[in-house]
Amino acid sequence: MKTRYSFGGDEHIFVEVDEEMSLDAFFKSLSMTNAVRDSNIEGVTEICPANASFQIKFDPDQIHPNDMLAELKKLESTAEAAEKRMTTRIIEVPVYYNDPWTHETLMRFRERHQDPDGTDLEYAARINGFDTVDQFIEAHHANPWFVSMVGFVSGLPFLYQLVERERQLQVPKYLRPRTDTPKLTVGYGGCFSCIYSVRGAGGYQMFGITPMPIFDPEQKTSYLKDFMVFFKPGDIVKWNPIDRTEYDRILKEVEAGTYEPKIAEVEFDLDAFNKDIEGTNAKLKEALNVG
Amino acid sequence: MSVKVIKPGLLTTVQDLGRPGYFHLGIPMGGAMDRLALRAGNMLVGNDEDAAALEAVFMGPELAFEADAVVAVTGAEMPIFVDDEEQQGWTAFEIKAGQVLSFGFLKSGARAYIAISGGIDTPPALGSRSTYAIGALGGVNGRAIAAEDVLPLGQAGTSKTGATVPPELRRGPGSPAELRVLPGLYWHRITEAAQEHFFEDDWTVAPEADRMGYRFRNGRPLEFVEREQPFGAGSDPSNIVDGCYPYGSVQVPGGTEPIVLHRDAVSGGGYFMIGTVISADMDLIGQLQPHVPVKFVKVDMDTALDARHERAAQIDAMRAALR
Repeated sequence: MKTRYSFGGDEHIFVEVDEEMSLDAFFKSLSMTNAVRDSNIEGVTEICPANASFQIKFDPDQIHPNDMLAELKKLESTAEAAEKRMTTRIIEVPVYYNDPWTHETLMRFRERHQDPDGTDLEYAARINGFDTVDQFIEAHHANPWFVSMVGFVSGLPFLYQLVERERQLQVPKYLRPRTDTPKLTVGYGGCFSCIYSVRGAGGYQMFGITPMPIFDPEQKTSYLKDFMVFFKPGDIVKWNPIDRTEYDRILKEVEAGTYEPKIAEVEFDLDAFNKDIEGTNAKLKEALNVG
Repeated sequence: MSVKVIKPGLLTTVQDLGRPGYFHLGIPMGGAMDRLALRAGNMLVGNDEDAAALEAVFMGPELAFEADAVVAVTGAEMPIFVDDEEQQGWTAFEIKAGQVLSFGFLKSGARAYIAISGGIDTPPALGSRSTYAIGALGGVNGRAIAAEDVLPLGQAGTSKTGATVPPELRRGPGSPAELRVLPGLYWHRITEAAQEHFFEDDWTVAPEADRMGYRFRNGRPLEFVEREQPFGAGSDPSNIVDGCYPYGSVQVPGGTEPIVLHRDAVSGGGYFMIGTVISADMDLIGQLQPHVPVKFVKVDMDTALDARHERAAQIDAMRAALR
């Protein structure tokens, strides 16, 4: 890992912790953004963590860009020494894989896809070496995922699976982005899963849909009354495969304002995880079934 | 105190100076694309500079006033009418209850700002009235204005009809428009030849130009420095591991058509960027029509900061002239 700093015009500094994605890069990036927040540098207006990088927006009328850069560089060693451990939450997110709505959409945009004769799931399963779509779906939800970035549009989470690099699923984005994606589509691009928070354009492959709203500008959803965005970087997600009946049942609960996502508080320690991936993931999943 | 929308125009939204502070969640600051024009309009009608006004793209709306008000139209140039009487741009004028404000065809620029005394008083969302349609935030129910909408107005301050912004303090893009860019971010991903011809080429604004970003075409494609793509980045040489996008950053998907992200920017994604349009030139982009010629001009940080100070001085001069 080699940290690279660059100015984004006169108002931003972009910091790339690593060119490639890894949990180490994510943790260092998150530690650095926490260090920036804690140090209260005058002139900082926005702190935006990303997967393996982050961005600071600042007011150059308050602090010269070179001074801002020097402040950030000072924090790098602090961040490196920081414990790669956090108290966070694990959330069970229901997913209706192979649903009729994303299926209708992916058929409409077939000419923009690498494999016009199949579905996104069939394509993803094949290029990742799975014999069946079901096996691929199993690999997608078997282990938990880290929310490594929130952004693109309105509270959209990017998620990175908690498995060894050899077991990471990789799927390219559409050849040309779609102009439409159903709201709450569970998507996939590169090594990241995502949930489309709103309907709109998108380039990620479409695997399924969740009935659980994650962005509500009107703040009517029971668990989004305090804030309209559900996810934050560092959240852990466990996909829970559901069928149509369960999807419809949850949707009714959401509409009635009675749905509450299943959430548990957990500790995540990167070193412990690297030593025992299976054991750590088992413990994380267990937390959802206690209490 | 309100204004009724008879015709909305092509795409007219409520905008103020935006909602900074939520970009880390994918909610952009938004706000007027031409902030100087918005400030000027508000100064002319006696509002706080960050009051909400209407941003009308390419075509003006038709508005019926239900109370007396002072109005100023800044930014893009289009004939302005109160009933049948033509009014001057960048100048405060009076409009009486029962009169109708309407517009002729666009002459220059792209976005007109219609500031009304008291400001548009739609409910703020996350501290701003700016319309962010993608997230259904702000404005009128999170969308552009529509016929029959009734826009509430706030309490008017004091203003002088006939007050005008001196012509030398109005600012619009030249032809070709020059957009100054500070190279950086993933600048090293393209070859030296590409680094040169990006600034040599004549670009034109593509039809895909909106509040999220402006796309440009007709320049030569950029060649990439060869590398093995990093894990998680995706297979195209223009892909990176999804990261944050600065406002004004210039991304070039596939190396072909640059896109400059604007006020309603997506906060991040997987395309490399070659640099960032300096803050002083962002307003100019909001006044570019599709198909107009554009040159990108390479600058360093000192030039970017000087330009920023010049722009601040221009706003100060405007404040002094209208005091």
